[in-house]
Amino acid sequence: MGALVVAEGGAQFVAPGPQSFLYPEILPGVTKPVLQIALAVILVGAFYVIASGRLKLVPGKGQFISEYLYDFVRNGIGREQIAAKDLRPYLPLLLTMFTFILVNNLFGFIPFFQLPTMAHIGFPLGLALLSWVLFMFVGIKRHGFVHYFGKTLFPPDVPKGVLVLFTPIEFVSTFIFRPITLTVRLFATMFAGHIMLLVFIEGGTYFLEQSVIGIKFISPVAYVMAIGLSFLELLIQCLQAYVFTMLTANYIGSALADGH
Amino acid sequence: MTNFLVAEGAPNPVIPSIPELIIGLIAFAILLFLMSKLVVPRFEKLYAERVDKIEGGIKKAEQAQAEAEQALAQYKAQLADARAEAAKIRDNARIEAEQIKEELRAQAQEESSRIVAQGQAQLQAQRAQIVAELRSELGRLAVDLAGKVVGESLEDDARRRGTVDRFLDELDAAAAPASK
Repeated sequence: MGALVVAEGGAQFVAPGPQSFLYPEILPGVTKPVLQIALAVILVGAFYVIASGRLKLVPGKGQFISEYLYDFVRNGIGREQIAAKDLRPYLPLLLTMFTFILVNNLFGFIPFFQLPTMAHIGFPLGLALLSWVLFMFVGIKRHGFVHYFGKTLFPPDVPKGVLVLFTPIEFVSTFIFRPITLTVRLFATMFAGHIMLLVFIEGGTYFLEQSVIGIKFISPVAYVMAIGLSFLELLIQCLQAYVFTMLTANYIGSALADGH
Repeated sequence: MTNFLVAEGAPNPVIPSIPELIIGLIAFAILLFLMSKLVVPRFEKLYAERVDKIEGGIKKAEQAQAEAEQALAQYKAQLADARAEAAKIRDNARIEAEQIKEELRAQAQEESSRIVAQGQAQLQAQRAQIVAELRSELGRLAVDLAGKVVGESLEDDARRRGTVDRFLDELDAAAAPASK
């Protein structure tokens, strides 16, 4: 990790890097991401509690939004991945997961926050571990320890010879890689997206500060790029919240499923 | 002179901060609690109500249709009943009319025959009376005439009556083919 020096004799350009994600403690132990997490809990919780407090059979304009979100998670994610009869107990988890990740990701887009909380690997890792423990727990609870691992690692419709290859691959990909890929997918997209924005914004500022007039004209290009990329990031932030929740639902669904 | 500077204290971004991991999970747990205790039950209740309402509506419509069909069948049955009733009444009326006509005719017949019989009886009586009158008159006239002609009075009643009767019988015998 290094800071690239561009100008000769001028101010040094320190390229954004992991150090850009370091925030000073506001209070002992409380940093910006921690505040954002707390705020996300308040926002999401208040939104849903208020919205669900006055639900009507015929939705009004306000109800439409909350109901659309709920319906998206329930039918768009849950029903697609988990059998309808098993879905109900996992609805709170899926709803929480989707909106919690979504709001935290969106902090990367919203002015004054401008840091996707999930770019700190601790948060996605926690959620991924939760998802990992949960789907194994659900599978073992439904099928019993032996049968669950049996149906996952030695499916009856796979020829015996293929099992030599199939079983180790399935074991590694299901029980070891799932939490890692969940974590890395969410963390890396948020992290990389944020760094990319920082590069354009800080780069634009750096060019603006240069004494040579010609170089100053480069900075608007960088800013425009930053704005455009912000919207691309917005898309990715929503998408990643969806993917994380959808995969978790898929893991639970396949752990519950009878045949494999 | 090097172009690269190593940033001071740059952390490795893939090493998770354990406090953040724990804080994230606690935050998640709080939200999860809210969702499972309050939000999801409320939404699911709404969904269930909606399903009930729609299914209830369908059921109600089906019920209404069944009722309508039943009413229609009932009306049709009633209509058929009424028609049958009307036909029966008509038939009855016709039969009654026939009966009344027949009765009247019989009555008239009876009346007329009674009148005829009465007339005949009257005629018979009158005829008998006339015959009796004529007989006595004719007898007397004949006797008178015969007395005058013969010049002698026929005192003997019995003989006289025998003569008269014989005469009248002859007269009857002569008149019978004509009266028939």
